[in-house]
Amino acid sequence: MTGGGTSGSSHPFRALNRAFHGRRRLGVASTLGGPLAWMLVVYIGSLLLLVVSALYRLDPQTQKPSHTFTWANLRAAFDITDPDVRSTVWVLVRTVGVALLVTLLCALIALPVAFFVSKVAWPWIRRGIVVAMLMPLWAGYLVKGYAWRAMVAPSGGKFAASGKGDGGFLDATFGWTPGYGRAAIVVTLVYFWLPYMVLPIYAGLDRMPASLLDAAGDLGARPFRTFRSVIVPLLLPAIAAGSIFTFSLSLGDYIVPQLVNNGKEKFMFGTLINSTLGAPNQPLAAAYTLWPLLIVVLYLLAMKRAGAFENL
Amino acid sequence: MKLSLPARIALCAVTVVTLVFLYLPLAVVARLSFNPQKSVAWPGWSGFTFDWWTKAWEADGPREALLNSCKVAFAAMVVALVLGTLAAMAMARFQFFGKNAVSFLLVLPIALPGIVTGIALQNTFSRTIDLGLFSFKVGFGYHSLVIAHATFCVVVAYNNVVARLRRSSPNLLEASADLGAHGTQTFRYVTFPLMRSAMLAGGILAFALSFDEIVVTTFTAGSGFQTLPVWIYANFSRPNNVPLVNVMATFVMVVSIPLAWLAQRLSDGDGT
Amino acid sequence: MRNTRTVAALAVALAFVAASCGDDSGSTATTAAPETTAAATTTPAPDTTTPAPETTAGAVDYQWTPNADLLAKAEGQVNIVAWAGYAEDGSTDPAYDWVTPFEKLTSCQVNVKTGGTSDEMVQLMQSGEYDGVSASGDATQRLMSGGEVVEIDPAEYSSYADIFDGLKLQPWNSQGGKPYGIPHGRGANLLVYNTEAFSAGAPDSWGAMFEPGGPADGAISVYDSPIYIADAALYLKATKPELGITDPYALDQTQFDAAIALLKQQKAITSQYWGDYTVQQASLENGDVLAGTTWQVIVNLATANGAKIAAVKPKEGATGWSDTWMLSSKAKNPNCMKLWMDWIASPWANSQVAVWFGEAPSNAKSCALDGMAEHCATFHAAEDDYWKDVWYWTTATEACLDGRTDVKCVPYTEWVNAWNTLRS
Repeated sequence: MTGGGTSGSSHPFRALNRAFHGRRRLGVASTLGGPLAWMLVVYIGSLLLLVVSALYRLDPQTQKPSHTFTWANLRAAFDITDPDVRSTVWVLVRTVGVALLVTLLCALIALPVAFFVSKVAWPWIRRGIVVAMLMPLWAGYLVKGYAWRAMVAPSGGKFAASGKGDGGFLDATFGWTPGYGRAAIVVTLVYFWLPYMVLPIYAGLDRMPASLLDAAGDLGARPFRTFRSVIVPLLLPAIAAGSIFTFSLSLGDYIVPQLVNNGKEKFMFGTLINSTLGAPNQPLAAAYTLWPLLIVVLYLLAMKRAGAFENL
Repeated sequence: MKLSLPARIALCAVTVVTLVFLYLPLAVVARLSFNPQKSVAWPGWSGFTFDWWTKAWEADGPREALLNSCKVAFAAMVVALVLGTLAAMAMARFQFFGKNAVSFLLVLPIALPGIVTGIALQNTFSRTIDLGLFSFKVGFGYHSLVIAHATFCVVVAYNNVVARLRRSSPNLLEASADLGAHGTQTFRYVTFPLMRSAMLAGGILAFALSFDEIVVTTFTAGSGFQTLPVWIYANFSRPNNVPLVNVMATFVMVVSIPLAWLAQRLSDGDGT
Repeated sequence: MRNTRTVAALAVALAFVAASCGDDSGSTATTAAPETTAAATTTPAPDTTTPAPETTAGAVDYQWTPNADLLAKAEGQVNIVAWAGYAEDGSTDPAYDWVTPFEKLTSCQVNVKTGGTSDEMVQLMQSGEYDGVSASGDATQRLMSGGEVVEIDPAEYSSYADIFDGLKLQPWNSQGGKPYGIPHGRGANLLVYNTEAFSAGAPDSWGAMFEPGGPADGAISVYDSPIYIADAALYLKATKPELGITDPYALDQTQFDAAIALLKQQKAITSQYWGDYTVQQASLENGDVLAGTTWQVIVNLATANGAKIAAVKPKEGATGWSDTWMLSSKAKNPNCMKLWMDWIASPWANSQVAVWFGEAPSNAKSCALDGMAEHCATFHAAEDDYWKDVWYWTTATEACLDGRTDVKCVPYTEWVNAWNTLRS
C-alpha cells in the first residue's frame, strides 16, 4: 500500500493539516458539529415545537389550532382528578402493561435461546443461528404485521357467505386461533422485537469468559444456580439494552392494533393518539404524545444507569 | 459449564421452536403470494399461480411505490452515513465533555416510539418558519421523508462505524504519524480503509431500515408521495389488492433479508 | 486498484443521488385507471337496474362538454379527497368507471384519497395538499369557517343549473347566500342485517342495533365517528319522547348524556366499529357481523360476494348525508378540480355514481337517462318530502340547531371527546 512519507511542500492539504494539528477542540467541532447540529435542530427542535403546540387552543368552529394559549390540552391529558382523563390514562396504563409484558416475554425467550447458541451449540453453527435469528428483523415491519394478520385470521361464523369465512394459517392448521384481539397484539409485538432482545444478550453471553462459569461450577454451583447468580446479574445491562426497544417500540405502536386487533376497542395508547390527531385535534394529540415521550425518556435514563448503552 | 443431556436437549428444542416461530409467518405470506384466492384464508397446498406476480409488475401503484422507497432509502442512507461517520470519528477519537449526552441524543430518534417522532416532525414540517430575513416551509414529499429517515438512520451508521473504530487500536494512528503522514493522509490511508467495510455495513443497514419504515413515514410523506410500506398499509384491507399486497410483502422480504445478511458479513469481515 | 474502485463507487452513488434528487413530489401521477373496455360484464345488480354500461369507449353520450376556459388552463392532474365509491376508475368493477372518461375528455389525471369519516376529510383538507373534497354536511361547515374552501361561481359550471333546487343554497353548502360547492347527491345511513340470522322476521327498527337480546346481539357493526351520536339521539327521539329531542344534532346536556348512556349500552353488544368500508364489507361476508349501520354501496359489494344480507331504512328515520363537492382555497390544480366538479354533477356521471353508491343523484337530468327512472323513484331523488325524516350530517353547535334559546347545546368538539372516551 502506498504509504505516507513527506510528499514535499506542495501538499494540497498542508494548510488544513496545520490548522487541525493538535487542536482537539477544532477536531471535535468539525466532526461532531454537523451531526450534532442536525440532531438538535431537526429532532430536539421538533420535540420542543411539539410541546409548544400542545399549548394552543383548538378553535371549535374551524377545528384548527388557534393562536390562543391554553392549559386545557395539558389538563385533558394529565389531570387525573377528572374521570374522563382517568379513562384515557387507563388506556396508557394498559399499554405500559402490554409493553412490559412483551419485554418480559422477549427476555424469557431470548435468554435460553441466546444461552444455547453461545454456550451449548457447536461453534460452527453459532454464527449461523444468530444470523438466522436476526434476519427476520429486516423482513419489514408491515410485512411481519401483515403476516400475523394472515396467521390469526379467524374463520367466519355460521352465517358466512359460501366461499368466504375460511380462517388463516393457525385456524386452518390447528383448528384454533387467538383471533383478532389483545392476545394477537401481544404475540405480534413479541414477534417483532424478539431479535432486538436476542442480539445484546447473545453479545453479552459471548463476552462472558467460560472460565467464569467453570469457576462457579468448581465452587459447587449447579448449572441453574450459576445461571441465576452469575449469568443473569452480569447480563442485566444487556437485557436492559434489549428492553429499550421492546418497551419503547411497543408503547407507541398503533399499527399493530390496526392489523390484528378486533374492531371493537382502542386498546393501545398509540391508537388513541392517532385518532385524536385525525379528529382533527392536533394540540390535544400533541399533549397526549407527551405521556409516552416522558415515560420513554425516563425509561431510557433508567436503562442507561443499568449500563444498557454500552450494550446497544 | 456442564449441562445435563436433558437440559441441552430442552435448550435446543426451545431454539428450534423459536426459529420456526420466527420464520413461519414469513413463509405464510410468501405462500399467499401464489394463492389464487383474494383473501388471507389459508389455502393449504392447493391453488398455485404466478398471476399476482405479473400483475404486481404491471400495476402502476406498487411499482411506483417501490421506486420511491428506493430513492428515499438511498438518499437517507447517504446523509445518515455522512453524519454517522462524522459523529463516530468524534466519539471514538476524542475525549470531551458531554459524550454520554451525545450518544443519548443519537439513539433518541430510534428509541422513542415512532408516533412521537412522527407527530413531532409532521408538526415542524407543516409550519412556516419565519427567520426574519426569509421564511420557509419544509412541506411534505420526497425531501421531508429523506430528512426524517436520515434522522433515525444516523444511529445505525454511527453504531457500526464507532464499534469498528473502537475495536481498532489507537496506536495505528500514532504509528501513521510516526511514519510522517499528515492528518489527511492518515485519514485517507489508515482511518478510511479501516472504516470502509463498517461504513458499507452501516449504509446497508440504514438503507434497509429506511426502506421498510412505516410509522414515521405515514406522518411525513404527505399526500402525493407513497413509499412501498405506505402503499401496503393503504391496501392491506382492500379485497382487490390483497394479492398484490402479498406479492409486495414477499418481495420486500426477499430483498431486505439478503441485504442484511450481506451487511452482517461485511461487518464481521475485517477486524477482530 | 482499491482506490479506483472506491472512487468509482462514490461517483456512481453521487450520480444516483443527483438523479433521485431531481424528482419532485407529486410530479408523477398514481392510480391511473387501467384501460378496460367493459364489454357487458355480468355485474352483480345493485339495488336497481343499471343504466347501460360502456360497450365501447366513446359510444356513450355523457351529456357534458368541458368548459372551454377551464380546459385551456387545465393543469394535467387533480388531487381529490372523496368518499369511497365516489371516484371509481373501473378497478373495483370494470363496468363502473367515470374517472377514465373524465381523464380522456380533460387530460386531468385523477388522484383519489379516500376518507373514511368526515373528521378525516377535514383533517386532510387542512393540510392544504388537496384540490377539493366531497364533503358531507358535518364537514362543510368546518371547512367553510376554517377557510379551507372557497365559494364557487355557478357560471363556470354547466351542470349547476340542472341541480335539484332543494339542494342548492342550503345551510350546509352556502354562506351569505353564496354557494360554496356543487351538490353531489344525498343518501341515508341504512340498517343492514343478515337475512339468515333474522329469518324470523326482518327488522324494521334501529332497536335491532341498540337493544340486547336480538338475533344480532354481539355481532353489531357501528360507524366509528362521533357523528354516530346523532343516530343514538334519533333512536331516543322515537323511544323516549319525554327527553324532548326534536333534532338529533341539537342536544342539550341532558339529552346528550342520555345518548352517550345508550351508546355505552350498545358497546356491550357491538363487535366492530368501522371507519374503513372494506372492514364492514369483509365482516358481512364472513358472517361476523349480523347487523349494523351501513351505506348502500357496502351492501351491494358484499352481496356481490355472496353475503346474504339486506338493508332497510327503519321506521324511526335515519341519519343521512347530503354531499357537496368543494374547491380548496389552496388548490394547486383549481381548473382541473372545477372540471371534475362540473363532470361529477353532469347527468351521466352523476347517474353512474348514484347507482354505484346507492344514493339519490343531484342532477335532475340524471333521472331522465335510460333506466334511471326506477332508481330515482326508489331513492326519492325528486321528492323533497321524503327527506324530512332523514337527518343530514351537520356540525352540532352551541347555539341549538332546533332554535331553542333557553339552553345551550353540546358543540361538536364535545361530541369528539365523548366519543373518544367511549371508544377507549
